[in-house]
Amino acid sequence: MNRIENREALDQLRKESEQKIKNSRCRILICAGTGCLAGGSDQIYRRMCELVKNHPDVEVKFGAEIAHGDGEIGVKKSGCHGFCEMGPLMRIEPLGLLYTKVKPEDCDEIFHRTIEKGEPIRHLLYKQDGIEYPTQEEIPFYKKQTRLVLKNCGHIDAEHIEEYISTGGYTALEKVLFTMTPEEVVQEVSDSNLRGRGGGGFTTGYKWSQVAKQEETTRYIVCNGDEGDPGAFMDRSIMEGDPHKMIEGMMIAAYAVSAQEGYVYVRAEYPLAIRRLRRAIAQAEECGLLGENILGSGFSFRLHINRGAGAFVCGEGSALTASIEGNRGMPRVKPPRTVEQGLFAKPTVLNNVETFANVPMILNNGAAWYKSIGPENSPGTKAFALTGTVKNTGLIEVPMGTTLREVIYDIGGGIKGDGKFKAVQIGGPSGGCLITPHLDVSLDFDSLKKMGAMIGSGGLVVMDNHTCMVEVARFFMNFTQNESCGKCVPCREGTKRMLEILERIVAGNGELEDLDTLDELAHTITDTALCGLGKSAALPVMSTLKLFREEYEEHVVKKKCRSHNCTALRRFVISPERCKGCSKCARNCPADAISGQIKEAFYIDPSKCIKCGACESSCAFGAIHIED
Amino acid sequence: MSYMTINNRRVAFDDEKNVLSVIRKSGIDLPTFCYHSELSTYGACRMCVVEDDRGRIFASCSEVPRDGMVIFTNTPRLQHHRKMILELLLASHCRDCTTCRKNGICTLQKLAMQMGVNYIRFENNKPIVPIDESSDCIVRDPNKCILCGDCVRTCEEHQGLGILEFAFRGSRMQVTPAFNRSLADTDCVGCGQCRVVCPTGAITIKHNIMPIWKLIYDPNVRVVVQIAPAVRIAIGDKFGLKKGENAIGRLVAALRRMGFDEIYDTNFGADLTVMEEAQELLERLEKGENLPLFTSCCPGWVKYCETKYPELAGHISTCRSPQQMFGAVLKEDARMNQEDHRRTVVVSIMPCTAKKAEIRRPEHFTDGEQDVDFVLTTTEVSRMIQESGIDLAQLQPEALDMPFGISSGAGAIFGVTGGVTEAVLRRLQNSNRIEDLEEISFTGIRGVDGIKEATVKLGDREVKIAVVNGLKCAGEVMEKLKSGEMYYDFVEVMACKRGCVTGGGQPLPIGPRTKKARVKALYRIDNLAQIKLSNENPIVQSLYDGLLKGKEHKLLHNDIVRGTSK
Repeated sequence: MNRIENREALDQLRKESEQKIKNSRCRILICAGTGCLAGGSDQIYRRMCELVKNHPDVEVKFGAEIAHGDGEIGVKKSGCHGFCEMGPLMRIEPLGLLYTKVKPEDCDEIFHRTIEKGEPIRHLLYKQDGIEYPTQEEIPFYKKQTRLVLKNCGHIDAEHIEEYISTGGYTALEKVLFTMTPEEVVQEVSDSNLRGRGGGGFTTGYKWSQVAKQEETTRYIVCNGDEGDPGAFMDRSIMEGDPHKMIEGMMIAAYAVSAQEGYVYVRAEYPLAIRRLRRAIAQAEECGLLGENILGSGFSFRLHINRGAGAFVCGEGSALTASIEGNRGMPRVKPPRTVEQGLFAKPTVLNNVETFANVPMILNNGAAWYKSIGPENSPGTKAFALTGTVKNTGLIEVPMGTTLREVIYDIGGGIKGDGKFKAVQIGGPSGGCLITPHLDVSLDFDSLKKMGAMIGSGGLVVMDNHTCMVEVARFFMNFTQNESCGKCVPCREGTKRMLEILERIVAGNGELEDLDTLDELAHTITDTALCGLGKSAALPVMSTLKLFREEYEEHVVKKKCRSHNCTALRRFVISPERCKGCSKCARNCPADAISGQIKEAFYIDPSKCIKCGACESSCAFGAIHIED
Repeated sequence: MSYMTINNRRVAFDDEKNVLSVIRKSGIDLPTFCYHSELSTYGACRMCVVEDDRGRIFASCSEVPRDGMVIFTNTPRLQHHRKMILELLLASHCRDCTTCRKNGICTLQKLAMQMGVNYIRFENNKPIVPIDESSDCIVRDPNKCILCGDCVRTCEEHQGLGILEFAFRGSRMQVTPAFNRSLADTDCVGCGQCRVVCPTGAITIKHNIMPIWKLIYDPNVRVVVQIAPAVRIAIGDKFGLKKGENAIGRLVAALRRMGFDEIYDTNFGADLTVMEEAQELLERLEKGENLPLFTSCCPGWVKYCETKYPELAGHISTCRSPQQMFGAVLKEDARMNQEDHRRTVVVSIMPCTAKKAEIRRPEHFTDGEQDVDFVLTTTEVSRMIQESGIDLAQLQPEALDMPFGISSGAGAIFGVTGGVTEAVLRRLQNSNRIEDLEEISFTGIRGVDGIKEATVKLGDREVKIAVVNGLKCAGEVMEKLKSGEMYYDFVEVMACKRGCVTGGGQPLPIGPRTKKARVKALYRIDNLAQIKLSNENPIVQSLYDGLLKGKEHKLLHNDIVRGTSK
């Protein structure tokens, strides 16, 4: 690709790319997000390529992975479309069709009927409540969303910079470089009231202004892509699906605070994101959008990728910078703050992926426009990773202030299976639970904080009545305990003891005093831990202990788990009315815990029972069940 | 001057770097494990948490004082948290207090008592880790480690060595040398500064007490003991004497009661070192070769230079350290003495753990015989005195044995940074006029700065001197020498900050006041000394004319080739 020397050249390239895409006969966008890849989208991609290549009637000039131009068919790997539940996904433009749960064997049919003849294939369309939805935009999952940050995800080929440019990419950069001073950029971002999407919700503009006013002139821009919360994948999807948006945001930040170098810290568990980012950076460098004297403006910026080694704690700012520097990833005390002495002890802007991805559209559309979305104090949209026992899991984006009910029922389609909504865990291991009375709470930084939860990076795990809340607390505590860096005493030792107690409780060995000890430990950790991760480590326990105390008490007093989740607390019984005395269960029992006379009701000895459930599944008469 | 309110009392402050310092200055001894004013703030123990008027809790060690701040240091919430933190620490800590070397001086033990931690709800299920006894100098017991990181930072920030680091995460975290090597397999110089800052029994001195008792009670053995300069001003710590009080007389009395046969002064050895080192400097200056001359008294420094800067190690003086010179002389004297058929064992009482390794170096054997047989640190001798049931404070001072009990003030100041240089300069200037002595002491070689520089006129030549304490600073000087950025004729290095007074074997705790008092005390000994110059020590003179005649080199120098520069 040729180097883009100036604004005019960039504009020219944008127009050309736009035209090429417009002129192409058909674009097939196959989701190449991690979820769909796992579902086999790579095979689908290869099959479609073959079909397109080998077809005699279609005039194809097939490039490596991209093809556009007059009358061509392009087969592209796109980023995550978001609707992971229904993957692998395929979007066909310009028809706007979205095919769900596509299998490699569907490819021929798709090619011959849809591509060649323009017919939709009904069995691949999304159906809900008996209604078929041919186009993506009509599907309720998408319809209720406001996709701004994720706008391009699934709609463009993430591996080619021209596609990003064609959608108006790098116009914001162009605008700031040629029409705005750095101070104006900081002001615009401050005015937009954009708050950090990494969890804390710190005002981005203020952070930038702090860096801009430092005396030290070597400054760094660092992007936190160390998304470690279990169940969260917003940042990954942006890095995989629209990496240039984030890069553009970083460049604007660099211009605003006069930085010349930036780092993207991506966890090593995101190999695809790293590959796409590398490619994006290489392409941007090749065409002169990164490097020296960008677009002839005199502004220079270099971007490096740093792979994390898989420590959750490295998502904490000071641990992250320590890790980039090559030190042990461990948070340090503040002050000095990152804005004063961050990476290599220089003033540093540290924002997460989603925050940077918000920046270009703020500069393009203005702060006033941005503030018109969502509530005053938390403007803009927020991406959530919707998972758990909800019908439509996936990546969603809604305006801040949307209620939980809208997210779970309108977008998520309600609870999957026969379960009833019980709670939603928000903010991952640092967050808390929200229950039915909270369904109409507005999802924004301040409202959630009041509820004892936090947006965190945006993981939303929906749970139904088959979920044991003590087990949920144990799960998150196990995570936090494993991920504690070990530096400060409350987090290192406190989480270990909390986990021990929770393990005891789910194993049926808990005592009532344990609940008080849990509470005491939780308060000490929250009040005294060194870093943000430590301070919030006990939140899942505090939140469940507050909202579901009776479940905890049942576990320790009655030794019972109402959701039958805790294996050790299950008590299998044989109902004498139903038991025919066939002895099948006794023969299947690996622990010899079942005895009885043929043709009479059998009996399970609880002291021998290992709660494996082999009897229950072997019984032909449904006579064995877990006692409530 | 600004003000903050601490526990409803107005407290003034000016340039304190954190709230903790203001609180402590106001007379409240807020507990900490990981805070040391001379190290970087680590903020891990969370014991120093305070609460402000809005109910916010924060660690005072890492909070900058602001005018008008309102804080409380002892609310019920804070008490609860501190107790909980202690309980958590104790729960994962070896609790065999009675048999622990740090029993009685352990910060964890002290605070648990102070805060009233009476029971521990949690089981100690931490896997037992092997104790590292590979070093001659210190013992590392990870089972007693509370992971405050004080040793890690001391080794890195003061000594520039970074032998100890954190490994593993969360509750499995450990402090260990890289790749879990034993200390003996690392470049550890044995300075023991990690032991000085360790709040628990995780790093302790390697004790050599038991064999000494046996030797003392062996009628066929003559146990000769030498006492290093910095010992006398620290030995009183454990016996209620004033910080920095010179207890040499009492120590002699105690050692005699314990059964040591002859008690001498390492200051005498230091006088010999001054003679030889001054001579060596003069020779090198005259020839203009192999400059700068590095001092060789500090074994921590010698090992550091040999391992980290082998290309410069050839500059190290060939002189043995005072301990080794004296040991060699004593052993030679014993070999010459045909009348006494007892075996002579030389024990030195040192403020230093690295000396324990020094005596075992191959060059410190004369005629196949080890010059110094055992090193006891000040701490170990305190323990032996306690074992004997002697109250040092109650003893009447007694005089050292002759002939090696006479020494100069120049020998005494060997225990403090700049002292060796000052002593050598006195010898070279060879004047005991007060004005001349003062002139030397005001050249800039005294003081606690890590690197001090001075230029002294010797005849018509200007001699450039660097005086260094702390190995990290030594590293900086070495780098400057290598790059040619700086030139020196003479470089004195002591591995420990402030010199031997805060050595790794000294009694704990060593707080800021103790450090100051000990430095002052050594200069006071010099002030009160009758003889100020090493060459004016009459015994030194007679030794050169007698025993040492023709054996100066054999007994007082090392012939080894150090490093790679020669």
